[in-house]
Amino acid sequence: MNGKPKIGVYVCHCGTNIAGVVNVEEVVQFASTLPDVVVARNYSYMCSDPGQALITDDIEKFGLNRVVVASCSPRMHEPTFRKTLLSGGLNPYFLEMANIREQCSWVHEDPIAATEKAKRIVEAAVVKARRLEALDVKEVDVEPACLIIGAGIAGIQAALDIADAGFKVYLVEKSPTVGGHMAQLDKTFPTLDCSACILTPKMVDVANHPNIELMTYSQVEEISGYIGNFEVKVRKKSRFVDMDKCTGCGACAEVCRMAGRIPNEFDEGIGMRGAIYLPFPQAVPAKYTIDKENCLFLSKGKCGESPKCKEACQAEAINFDLQDEIVEFKVGTIIVATGYDVFDARKKPEYAYGVYDNVLTALEFERLVNASGPTGGKIVMLERGKKKKKKEGEEVEPPKVPKSITFIQCVGSRDKSVGNEYCSRVCCMYTAKLAHLAKDKIPDCEVTIFYMDVRAFGKGFEEFYDRVRREGVRYIRGNPSEIFKRGDKLVVKAEDTLTATPLEHETDMVVLSVGLVPRSDNREIIDLLKLSQSSDLFYLEAHPKLRPVDTASDGIFLAGVCQGPKDIPDAVAQAKGAASAAMIPMASGKVKVEAQTSVVNEATCRGCGFCVAVCPYTAIELVEVNRNGWPVKVARVNEALCKGCGACAAACLSGSIQQRSFKDIQILPQIQALGVK
Amino acid sequence: MCAEELDFITKYDLLGCIQCGRCTGGCPVAMRTPLRVRCFMYDTQNEERLEELSERPEIWDCTTCYTCAARCPKGLEPLEVLIGLRSIQIEEGRVQPTVRDALESIFKDGNPWGSPRAKRLDWIKDLEVKILEPEAEETTDVLLFICCTDAYDPRVMKVAQALVKVLQAAEVDFGLIGEDESCCGSEVRRLGEEGLFEMCDEENVELLNSFNVNRIVAISPHCYNTLKKEYHGLKHPVLHYTELVAQLLEDGKLQLKGEIPKVVTYHDPCFLGKQNDIYDEPRYIITRIPGVEFREFDRCRERSLCCEGGGGKMWVESESKEERLAEIRVTDAKELGAEVIAVACPFCLLTLEDATKVKGIEEEMRVADILELLAEAL
Ligand SMILES: Cc1cc2nc3c(=O)[nH]c(=O)nc-3n(C[C@H](O)[C@H](O)[C@H](O)COP(=O)(O)OP(=O)(O)OC[C@H]3O[C@@H](n4cnc5c(N)ncnc54)[C@H](O)[C@@H]3O)c2cc1C
Ligand code: SF4
Ligand code: SF4
Repeated sequence: MNGKPKIGVYVCHCGTNIAGVVNVEEVVQFASTLPDVVVARNYSYMCSDPGQALITDDIEKFGLNRVVVASCSPRMHEPTFRKTLLSGGLNPYFLEMANIREQCSWVHEDPIAATEKAKRIVEAAVVKARRLEALDVKEVDVEPACLIIGAGIAGIQAALDIADAGFKVYLVEKSPTVGGHMAQLDKTFPTLDCSACILTPKMVDVANHPNIELMTYSQVEEISGYIGNFEVKVRKKSRFVDMDKCTGCGACAEVCRMAGRIPNEFDEGIGMRGAIYLPFPQAVPAKYTIDKENCLFLSKGKCGESPKCKEACQAEAINFDLQDEIVEFKVGTIIVATGYDVFDARKKPEYAYGVYDNVLTALEFERLVNASGPTGGKIVMLERGKKKKKKEGEEVEPPKVPKSITFIQCVGSRDKSVGNEYCSRVCCMYTAKLAHLAKDKIPDCEVTIFYMDVRAFGKGFEEFYDRVRREGVRYIRGNPSEIFKRGDKLVVKAEDTLTATPLEHETDMVVLSVGLVPRSDNREIIDLLKLSQSSDLFYLEAHPKLRPVDTASDGIFLAGVCQGPKDIPDAVAQAKGAASAAMIPMASGKVKVEAQTSVVNEATCRGCGFCVAVCPYTAIELVEVNRNGWPVKVARVNEALCKGCGACAAACLSGSIQQRSFKDIQILPQIQALGVK
Repeated sequence: MCAEELDFITKYDLLGCIQCGRCTGGCPVAMRTPLRVRCFMYDTQNEERLEELSERPEIWDCTTCYTCAARCPKGLEPLEVLIGLRSIQIEEGRVQPTVRDALESIFKDGNPWGSPRAKRLDWIKDLEVKILEPEAEETTDVLLFICCTDAYDPRVMKVAQALVKVLQAAEVDFGLIGEDESCCGSEVRRLGEEGLFEMCDEENVELLNSFNVNRIVAISPHCYNTLKKEYHGLKHPVLHYTELVAQLLEDGKLQLKGEIPKVVTYHDPCFLGKQNDIYDEPRYIITRIPGVEFREFDRCRERSLCCEGGGGKMWVESESKEERLAEIRVTDAKELGAEVIAVACPFCLLTLEDATKVKGIEEEMRVADILELLAEAL
C-alpha cells in the first residue's frame, strides 16, 4: 500500500485548548495547499467518536493512505488514532501526530505567531507522513503465571485474586513470614477492626492455595526477558530448619542460649527473641528460622557443649548444614508490592528518639498496645536496654503505667528539612486510633495530640476523629519543636498556635507519629526491574491518574505503599487493580510487542557496540557474522525486548542502526521542514 | 509601599509558611518574653502593618540562635523577618542608645566596645606573636581572626592568650592581622544595620584576601559563621579553632601533660552547633584532657539551650522578669554535678559566668573556654 501518498490532515480544536490561541481554520487552509494532501479538516474534539468517524469516512471516500492528526501529544491519543486507522482499513503506522497543543497553544500567547508555528509543525508532519512505512504488529505468547514480590497486605491480596482466577502465582517474601506491616498493627482505623482477625485468614490462605507457590525468607536475584516471558531466579535462604520436619512447637526457641537477648524486628525492638525464632505466634509459615548472624554455633562455630536447640527438637528439624536454594521459573507478569519503611526518627534529633526510653515511634507503640505484643497489650513505661534478669530473692517492681501520653504528628512528613515534602496520609488517623486505644486501656490517662492539620479525608475518618476528640483526647494545634527532660518527666516544647501560647508540656511518654518512607533497600528492586521513582522516591506509576498500577515497563505492575503512602483499604484496592491489570495479558494469552523497534544494517555496522552500551533494555547484543569470508561482529536487536526508545539510533556513529518510524530518511526531512538547516 | 510588601513576602518566602508553630515552639526566649516569631511570619504579610510591627519591643528579644530556622519544616528562616523589622527601625534612626553606640564604634574604630583601634593588640601583653604583612612572599599556615570581644574584654582576653599558647605548644605557624583587624559584623547584621554590614563584608574580605595564608581560624563562632557563610568572595577556607585543635590532638601534635581532675560539662554555642553542626570536635578536645570527667547536659547538641548572648543582645537590655536562660543553664550544670562549664564562644563565656554570680555559685562553678582548660593542661 506504499503507492502515491494521499494524505488527510485533521486539526483539532481541543475545545479552546488549541483553538483559543491557534487559528485552526487558517491552519486547515494552509494544510490543504501542501503537496499530496487530499483533504484537510478541523473539528472540536478529534478524539471523540464523530471526530474519529471523519477520518474513517475520508479513508473510504478519498482513498487516503496517510493520516496526520494535529492535536495533542502522542502520549495519550496516538493509540486512539492508530485504532481509528485500523478500523478504516489502514495500517496503523501510517499515522503521524502533530503536537500543536503542548508544543504550541499551551506555551504561547500570541495568536498570530502561534498559528504560524502550528503551520510549521503540521507541514513537518505531512512531510514525514509521506515517508511512513507500514509496520507489522507482532504477538508473543504469555506465560500464565505471575511473580509477586512482597507479601504484605497488598502482595497477599493480589496473589489471592490472581490465584483464584486460576493462574499460577509465585509469591516471594524477604522476611520469614508473610503479613508485612499490617501484621504488626493492633486495631485498624477507622472501624477498629482487629488487624490480626482480618489479616491472618488471608495469610493462611496464601500459604495453602493450590495455585500459589509461597517462598518466604527469599529474595529475587535475577529477572530477564519481557512481558509474557520473564525468567526469574530466586534465592531461598537457608533457615537451618527443615521446613518439612518443623512442627512449629517452639521447643528450640525456649532453650536457645541467645533467648531474650536479640531485639525482635517484628516487635520493633521492644520485645526480644533468640537466635532461633518465630517472629510472632501467628506467623505464616509457622516454621522456625535461625538467624545466622546471631546464632552462636553458626557465627562462632561453638554454642556451649552443643547447640541446645538441636537437642530440644523432637522432630529433628534443625540442620546446620542446610544451604540456600536457587529456584528458577518463568512468568508472564510481575507485581511489585514491597511496601515501606517507617521514617527513622533519629533524623530529627530534636525529638531525642534513642536518647529517652519513653520516646517511642508509633510502630513501637502499636506493638505495646497489641495483645500479642511483648507486654501482652499492657501500655507500660519502657526501660530499654536493661537486662530484666532478677537476682535471687529480689523483688521486681512491676513496670509503671504512664499517666500521660503525648503524640506528635507529622514526624518525617511534610518536612523539607529531612527531604520528605509529602504527607504520609495515614498518620493523622493512626494517631487518633492509638490515642483512642490508650484512653481505652488507661481511662485516667491524659492523652494529648499535637498536630498541625488533621487530614481526615477518607470514608468514616472525620466521624472517627470526632469520636476520639469527644472521648477526651486533647488536640493542641502546634507542631512541637523539641523534647527534653525535667526530673522524671519528658517536656514537649511547643506552641499552641490557636492562642499563641508557648508551652512546656510535661508528659510521661511521647509517641512520634512517624511517616511512611521508601524502603532503604529499594535499590535492589529498582536495579532488577529498571523501575523509575517519583520525586518522593516511591516507585513511579505510568500515569498518575489513568495508569496508577502500571509501570513504564510492560507487564510490570505496582501495588501498595511501594508506589506511595496509603492506608490498608487503598493498598487493597490498588492490589486488586494490579491483579486485574496483570491478568489481562495472561487471560488473553498473547500480547502485542512494540513495532517501532530498531533494525541493524549488518552490511555497514562496524560492531563498535556503542548501541549495546546505551540500550536500557539490554535488547542488543553483538553477534559474529561472515562478511566476505571474514568473521566480523555486528549488532543484533532482540525485537521482543526492544521498547523503541531510540537511544541506539542516536548513539550509532555510522547510522547503521535505525529505529522504525524514526529512520533518518523520515525525520531529517521533517526537521528540515521545521526550518532547521 | 507595594514594593516593600513584595519585598518582605518574597525576601522571606512568607507564603511558604504553614503556621505549624515549630519556630515559636523551639524559640528559647518564647517562654520568657512576648516574642512569638510564628505570628510575625503571618502578620508581616500585610504591608500596612510593617511599620507598627517593627515598633514591637519583642523583636529585640531574638538572640538569632537560629533554632526557629533549624526546626522549620519548610526551610524558612523566621529570625530573618525579625532582623528585617529591626532594619526598618534602624533606617529610621530609632534605636536604643546602647545599640547606636556599639554600631558607631564599629564604624569608627572597628569594634563595638567603644575602644580605640590602637588598643586592639593590648591583649597580647608579653606574648610573642607574628603580625602578618599583606602580600607577603612567604606563606603563613594560619591567620588567627580574633573577635573584638576577645581583643578588648579583660575577661575574654585570657581566651585569646590561651589560644596563642596552645598553638605555640603545637608549633603551628600562625600570625595575627594586628591593629587593622576589624569587627566581622555578625552582630551588626543581626541588629539590622545592613549597610554597615556590607561595609564590614567588603573591607574585611579585601583585607583578608591580601594575606598569604592557607586558612583562617576564628576564635569566636560568631566570626566563624559570618566569615564562612555570609561574606562574599573570601578566598581562604575558614575554620573554628575547635576544628584546628581537634586535628592537632588527633595528629599527636599537641601533647597534654597537665591534669584537670574536674567534672566538666560542655555548653554548645548556637553559632557552632545549631548553625554549623560542629558538635563532636569540642567534645573530642575536652575528653582528651587528662583527669577530666565529662558529663553531658540533658539539653545538648541539637537540643542545646541558647545562652542569650547573640543577636546583638549584648547591647539590648531585656525587659523580661523571668529567669534568664543562662541562669537555667548554670543551675542545670550544678544539678548535673559539674564543676566546670566549658564553652567555645566569648558571649557564652560572659553570659554564663555572669549567671553563676547572679545565682551565687561562682565559687563552686567555673565557666571557662576550652582553650583556657587546654592551656592549663599543657
Ligand atoms: C504505626 C502505623 C499504624 C498504621 N495503622 C493503620 C490502620 O490502622 N489502618 C490502615 O488502614 N493503615 C494503617 N497503617 C498503614 C498500613 O501499615 C499500610 O497501609 C499497609 O501495611 C501497606 O501494606 P503493603 O503491603 O503495601 O506494605 P508492607 O506492609 O510494608 O508489606 C511489604 C512486604 O514486602 C516485603 N518486601 C519488601 N521488599 C522485598 C523484597 N525486595 N523482596 C521480597 N519481599 C520484600 C516486606 O518484607 C513486607 O512483608 C499504619 C501504618 C503505621 C506505620
Ligand atoms: S516553623 Fe516555619 S512553617 Fe512553621 S510556622 Fe514557623 S516559619 Fe512557618
Ligand atoms: S533565632 Fe532563636 S531567639 Fe530568635 S526567634 Fe528564632 S528561635 Fe527565637
